[in-house]
Amino acid sequence: MALEVVGKRALKYDGMSHITGQSRYVDDILIPGTLTVKAFRSPVHKGRMKSIDTSKAENMPGVAGVITYRDVPHNAYGMEPDQPVLVEKDIRYKGEPIAAVAAINEKVAYAALDRIVVDIEEEEPVFDPLKAMEPDAPKVRPEGNVYMFGSEPFKKVYIGDIDEGFRKADHIIEETYFYPDMEHSALETQVSLAVPEAMGKLTIYTVSQARNFHLGMLAGILKLGGDALQCECINEWSGKTRSSWRGKTGMNRVRLEGYAVGGGFGGKNELHADHITALLALKTARPCKWRWTREEELLYSTHRGPWYVTIKDGVMNDGRIIARYVKSIHDGGAYIGFNAYAAGKFSYFVNGPYYVPNLRCEGYCVFTNKPVASTMRGFAVAPGTFAVEVQMHKIAEKLGMDPWELRFKNAILKGDQLVTRQVMKDPSLVETMQALAKRAGVTLPDHLMRMTSESNQRI
Amino acid sequence: MPVLELKVNGNDCQVLVEHTTSLLEVLREKLMILSPKMGCNTGDCGACSVILDGMLVHSCITPAMVASGKEVITLEGISASGELHPLQKAFQDNHATQCGFCTPGMIMAAKALLDENPKPTEPQIKKALSGNLCRCTGYKKIVESVMAASADNPASGS
Repeated sequence: MALEVVGKRALKYDGMSHITGQSRYVDDILIPGTLTVKAFRSPVHKGRMKSIDTSKAENMPGVAGVITYRDVPHNAYGMEPDQPVLVEKDIRYKGEPIAAVAAINEKVAYAALDRIVVDIEEEEPVFDPLKAMEPDAPKVRPEGNVYMFGSEPFKKVYIGDIDEGFRKADHIIEETYFYPDMEHSALETQVSLAVPEAMGKLTIYTVSQARNFHLGMLAGILKLGGDALQCECINEWSGKTRSSWRGKTGMNRVRLEGYAVGGGFGGKNELHADHITALLALKTARPCKWRWTREEELLYSTHRGPWYVTIKDGVMNDGRIIARYVKSIHDGGAYIGFNAYAAGKFSYFVNGPYYVPNLRCEGYCVFTNKPVASTMRGFAVAPGTFAVEVQMHKIAEKLGMDPWELRFKNAILKGDQLVTRQVMKDPSLVETMQALAKRAGVTLPDHLMRMTSESNQRI
Repeated sequence: MPVLELKVNGNDCQVLVEHTTSLLEVLREKLMILSPKMGCNTGDCGACSVILDGMLVHSCITPAMVASGKEVITLEGISASGELHPLQKAFQDNHATQCGFCTPGMIMAAKALLDENPKPTEPQIKKALSGNLCRCTGYKKIVESVMAASADNPASGS
């Protein structure tokens, strides 16, 4: 069979519009009469808002509308809806939106923000996830600082018996690794343009990387009425019902238009601006555009949360890893977002491409007074891979063994079972490492070059 | 409000501006020339790069009045004849675009370099593009494209 596409060079489908400057991003949509949106953000990391007065801002010439929590029909959203659109009482991170203004231009919008008066009782925040886990730590959330996976404070994934494995092992090697938080900082910041349409409908031009997901969230927040979506989703990771998706109405009243995205990298998977522009467009009956500043993007947008990963390995003299215990602590910031899912995903993937017959992973998801962590390139997988691969080097060092040899020795072969109970049908770590060595100019010994994943012959 | 007179991509323009208006705002919001992008508004990312009387500038931190009586060239202006500029062709052929947000500024920065130095070395290209960020991190192909375009450039004499 002749392949028409595979192996052929193809031009990038949107390359021509990029190189001629014709690609349109949300900020490139210019509608006459569009109002500029700016947010009043929390000046403190943690606190309790006792009162808010926006009357002086509302009465300013050039201000078309101001919204607070009182204007949000359903002030909770998220995978498990725990995050307010606008703060009602509890402030959980610095920069959390408290109110938003729509004005004729940026200058007026900023001036209006200065006239919003809030009375906040500041409370002691906690930033370090390890400190947040201590019993007497300041509470980020009333239910506690550690997310509960059912009845346990961690996502548990295991196979075999690690205690038995550790007893049999010749060496125990334990290390803790830290993977810092990162900001995507796409060149295009968060931008949203909401345009009220006839019949109470709304069009939102969005930078979202998860459009259908956000459509559901927006319908849940805006409660526009209309047809109900007959759908009930059980969160497969926590077992809790995702109530924001249940019997939701009004999804047919919001049109969410995806545009060219000026870089996402996972930084646009969480609602950032669309809910607030939508509320202001509904309130003012005018198109409302909110473009985050670079400063807002760096300080308050979602980011990859930091992880502490402790790995304890039971290793035989010949290099085989026979037992592994992994404890991960994921700093998810102030709200659940994707974080509980991330702790689960970490646990499923921390097995890596190695065969470990006895493995137990406990993945914690901890709340701190920081902006919400979210997805980023291989999210929840990269921190585990980083820790596991550095650990492989540490083991090799301790045994005085070549790190290549150690990896071949523990490579997943056909028929091996992962921690998730998945039996590998077509693994390729061995072949990948052989190809990699060649390209890197590393000459591997014959016994490693002869190995195949297919044979299931451990060396 | 002062009247700003300038030439943009060969066209004479007159716009009312405030003294604080940036050249980027004039291009995007008054003249609807949308290829220059706002990435940082502090002159750090280069997404707003345009050529002002032959010199590469960050239009977001260039006061519009600075362009008074001068000529601005944006990405829209380099293929006005309908034919792709050698740089555009090279960016397409070498897959130098990813999300596309940095592309207009990147091509203008490369054009400013080639106008000055038709056959730059790789380090010279890297230096010339150092004010332009690509967060998709596709720098290698961008540099390769500029190399390819410089060899193709009729002005280089090769």
